[in-house]
Amino acid sequence: MVDITPADGIPPAEVAEVELYHPHSWWTKYVFSQDAKVIAVQYSATATAIGLVALVLSWLMRLQLGFPGTFDFITPEAYYQFITMHGMIMVIYLLTALFLGGFGNYLIPLMVGARDMVFPYVNMLSYWIYLLAVLVLVSSFFAPGGPTGAGWTLYPPQAIMSGTPGGQDWGIILMLSSLILFIIGFTMGGLNYVVTVLQGRTRGMTMMRLPLTVWGIFTATVMALLAFPALFVASVMMLLDRVLGTSFFMPAISEMGEQLPHNGGSPILFQHLFWFFGHPEVYIVALPAFGIVSDLISTHARKNIFGYRMMVWAIVGIGALSFVVWAHHMYVSGMHPYFGFFFATTTLIIAIPTAIKVYNWVLTLWRGDIHLTIPMLFALAFIVTFVNGGLTGLFLGNVVVDVPLSDTMFVVAHFHMVMGVAPILVVFGAIYHWYPKVTGRMLNETLGRFHFWVTFLGAYLIFFPMHYLGLMGVPRRYAELTDMTIMTESAHHLNSFISVMAFIVGFAQMVFLFNLIWSVRHGREAGGNPWRATTLEWQTPQTPPAHGNFGKDLPIVYRWAYDYSVPGAKEDFIPQNMPGSFGPSREPA
Amino acid sequence: MGETLTNIGQTEPRPTGWQGIAADWSSDQRAFKNVSWGKAMMWIFLLSDTFIFGCFLLSYMTARISTRVPWPNPSKVFALRIGGSEIPLILIAIMTFVLISSSGTMAMAVNFGYRRDRRKTAILMLLTAALGATFVGMQAFEWTKLITEGVRPWGNPWGAAQFGSCFFMITGFHGTHVTIGVIFLIIVARKVWRGDYDTGRRGFFTSRTGRYENVEIMGLYWHFVDLVWVFIFAFFYLW
Repeated sequence: MVDITPADGIPPAEVAEVELYHPHSWWTKYVFSQDAKVIAVQYSATATAIGLVALVLSWLMRLQLGFPGTFDFITPEAYYQFITMHGMIMVIYLLTALFLGGFGNYLIPLMVGARDMVFPYVNMLSYWIYLLAVLVLVSSFFAPGGPTGAGWTLYPPQAIMSGTPGGQDWGIILMLSSLILFIIGFTMGGLNYVVTVLQGRTRGMTMMRLPLTVWGIFTATVMALLAFPALFVASVMMLLDRVLGTSFFMPAISEMGEQLPHNGGSPILFQHLFWFFGHPEVYIVALPAFGIVSDLISTHARKNIFGYRMMVWAIVGIGALSFVVWAHHMYVSGMHPYFGFFFATTTLIIAIPTAIKVYNWVLTLWRGDIHLTIPMLFALAFIVTFVNGGLTGLFLGNVVVDVPLSDTMFVVAHFHMVMGVAPILVVFGAIYHWYPKVTGRMLNETLGRFHFWVTFLGAYLIFFPMHYLGLMGVPRRYAELTDMTIMTESAHHLNSFISVMAFIVGFAQMVFLFNLIWSVRHGREAGGNPWRATTLEWQTPQTPPAHGNFGKDLPIVYRWAYDYSVPGAKEDFIPQNMPGSFGPSREPA
Repeated sequence: MGETLTNIGQTEPRPTGWQGIAADWSSDQRAFKNVSWGKAMMWIFLLSDTFIFGCFLLSYMTARISTRVPWPNPSKVFALRIGGSEIPLILIAIMTFVLISSSGTMAMAVNFGYRRDRRKTAILMLLTAALGATFVGMQAFEWTKLITEGVRPWGNPWGAAQFGSCFFMITGFHGTHVTIGVIFLIIVARKVWRGDYDTGRRGFFTSRTGRYENVEIMGLYWHFVDLVWVFIFAFFYLW
């Protein structure tokens, strides 16, 4: 029954194997490493470190909002600086870098059956430029005037005026320089990820056999390569406005009774450039999460993913649609009603492919052999959270509903649910899932379950009440909510409650970090394939995978990534590189 | 029927046309058959770079159509006085001619590269680099002239301040691309001259061996930079 002739319908190798760079010293092996796996860990560690800064900033903000006037050091200026840096760090320096630089680097070569990224040296440069971008960003905390307080969208004209913290100091200059560096660094990595997926796959690995994780990261990277240019251009132009006194974004404006030298620029132009980047950015973060969660659900429910092809096309479709919806972030900036109509329509159309994905996840679970492992818990939590956040997106996508809600806490609750909590739940699930491959040891189960329940329930206790506050009309971006007549006393209590919960959830993350470090040495030995998964990264001869990933011969792929519980097969999973036919596979022909 | 060259020197038959595209994308290993990693990476980089220049040019157009102050007339601003008469856009015309010519020499270099004619390839690449350097030199001359006439990023004597801003930003960004191209042309020309692609000498940084295809990849970048200039020429100088 098992036919192991290597040909077996698999064409001969098309590409000569490229000799890998072999490190000669500790420095080139662990620091200036060209191995995508080491680069991935470097990316992840840096992103986590800067993410911790953003977490602390969110605590400081919640201290101020929940208990106004209690903490003297949180001035309104400081509050705006916290909010700006929190947003920018979380969206770009944590989530984008972690999903693409971290998971992308680790998983793409392993999952497509490659020895490394196609250009490891460029890949290494990518990380070091990213690190430089992070350092420039961090340096703004110590610069005169502190970091910029322009809000994470950096809207001009206020972003470079003296009334905004950092506007006429170093803050905004360092922020924009850091973004420019980040984009240069990301481009180097991103080109690598895309070319590796397109041109570096192993024999038998067709595009339609790629695990959905790879599809998600691949599509997100393509989008990032096309969306970041807009942010790059906007950053360069604003930097020129600030440093050279040009007027790209600055209209004629006076400040403190004094006419500024700027004249004739268009602040709206910045908004268009920013959101042409900014909306795809939402999906740059979300698509890798979609992909990863599909694999987590399939593996831990021991069942093939439902509607693989639809899942792929939904990812690609969401990616394409997200380039034509950007102005829904600008309803309140004013636009021709027909444009509002257009952008509202395209926005709501995105609900179709996303709904397909949600249904397919649920149908994958349907009658599955569900193991409530920690990765599975996070995956389930993601589905619920994503549906919740997505539904409020339907409210905000409509012009008439968005206009009254736009400046309220409702928006804060919406985007934190849909692009904050939901992707970060996937990040956690993915870390619990792949940590055994990276380190060879399992994360501690008890601490993990504690981390999951506190994070999941806590996130809801933080962001659900925020929807109510938003509907009540409580504004966002306000440094103090004390004299809000629209807020009832119970609303004030709710507000303080949110702050307390934020601290508790933040504390759970410390437990998680402890678990990450502790388990490197003390975790239970995992073995090569603890989840009994099908994809190639679990079939490596060594765990953690050695330099070059697959030993002497690259694996040959005979099947898709989702042959779980195939009737007639001996095990309930059939690895992708296992030859032969075992029974009725559900792989699309 | 087209064909794919495999690792072991065999050719595999492949369908052509739309069926070929579908077959390639549904095949294993490579989506673009017979396209090397380096070439694929350069194409995708150029796609990304297109978006950067696209955003720059769209921003410039937005600034130009939305300003309420008259836009300086490029024909007059970029005119040179030669032999007692003002000739509009003459310097830009020469610059454009030089850059387009450099695309010609680059194409010839690629051709000779594939014929393994090291000497001619290197000479043509250096000629391309020289033409590129000439272009940057003339751009420096143009910048100097405009600056002495009082054009600044924040203002100019003739009209909308955004004229100078866009001019310096867009030509500066393009000139940087040309300069980077010149540097890499010289590096690749040196490798060709020395015979690195025949002897399999490894790169200083990457420790990888190169191939004569690198000349073509270099050419892709160079032609792209020229093409971008055509758009800048049309939208900034001729509008």
